Amino acid sequence: MPTETPIPGTTLFDGTQAMKGYALNKMCYSFNSAANRVAFQQDEDAYCTRYQLNDAQRNAIRNRDVLGLIAAGGNVYYLAKFAGILGLDVQDLGALQTGMSKDAFKAMLVAAGQ
Amino acid sequence: MAHIVGGITTSHVPAIGRAIARELQQDPYWKPFFDGFAPVHTWLEQARPDVVVVFYNDHGLNFFLDKMPTFAVGAAPSYVNADEGWGIPQVPAFPGEQHLSWHLINQLIDAEFDLTTCQEMLVDHAFTLPMALLWPDQNWPVKVVPVCFNTVQFPLPSAKRCWALGEAIGQAVRTWQTDDGREPRVLFLGTGGLSHQLDGERAGFINKAFDLQFMNSLIEDPKWATQFSVHQLVEKTGTQGVELLMWLATRAALGEQVRRIHQNYHIPISNTASGLMVMEPVQG
Repeated sequence: MPTETPIPGTTLFDGTQAMKGYALNKMCYSFNSAANRVAFQQDEDAYCTRYQLNDAQRNAIRNRDVLGLIAAGGNVYYLAKFAGILGLDVQDLGALQTGMSKDAFKAMLVAAGQ
Repeated sequence: MAHIVGGITTSHVPAIGRAIARELQQDPYWKPFFDGFAPVHTWLEQARPDVVVVFYNDHGLNFFLDKMPTFAVGAAPSYVNADEGWGIPQVPAFPGEQHLSWHLINQLIDAEFDLTTCQEMLVDHAFTLPMALLWPDQNWPVKVVPVCFNTVQFPLPSAKRCWALGEAIGQAVRTWQTDDGREPRVLFLGTGGLSHQLDGERAGFINKAFDLQFMNSLIEDPKWATQFSVHQLVEKTGTQGVELLMWLATRAALGEQVRRIHQNYHIPISNTASGLMVMEPVQG
């Protein structure tokens, strides 16, 4: 059991998340291969079936729902490979997760340096 | 006996690879980051390392969740990178220093660290990009030993444990003798951090005050960060800010006292507060 106070807006990728997200992360890990990225793009649903994603994971993949992917056990290091297929960089992901425009998100990062 | 020439700590971000590939070093966004490396190049010319021990974390290239070692030491004849999922530019292979690898492995197991040893190992951007920042021509003049830390799956090793590992590696390097009696010159390279968070509603979190205090602590009070639990480090620096563990190990490997040769800090590159330090051991 976690004994420390949760950090707002933050999911630590612990054993619970690792068990929950194994299939999803395994699929994302497969995207290290360009051939697998093409196979996913040709038939996303079939690819999700091959990796036995559950409904929450499939929906989050279908909807490009980054927070949903994390809630479903996704780990950001592997999800980054999915984002790569979509042509998104980590600033796009930051904007998607915080509900900001990309420009607003970038401005927030710059402001952190002032 | 081997000679420790110093330690370099720097951030690693995939976007650096794209910037290098597109030759954006003078671009206004990238210039403050790349300019930080000019003094490092000058220092490297006189430090002339033969071997680099690289403390870094794998991002799902070599290791997946099926097998996740806390600490893994490379013992391969050479190391290559590979596609990480977004077609990152490839760099030339890195020649391994297998004798030092096995010396470290033997000494660390003696010191009761439980390691994973790897006679084949892919190295990802956390390894390749800092090397390319140090030697932009990518014509590596050094052999390497990769030491990989788990920062992917909790529980992560504590700051205290990472300090102890770095310290043990420093001691092991000082006792390394080659068969031909050479006195190899060893550099430590710690990659990662500083504060940043890629995931969740807190994505984009950066803590400049903590980063600057941490960088300063490596000179003034090097064990300062070991007072914090990993959970506290995440709170203060973000989920990926815990990569400062590799900075701590680097500092620990250098011994009691160091002098700061160079420092650069810039926000942001990509989503990260980027830090850079060069430290030299002060002989006591």
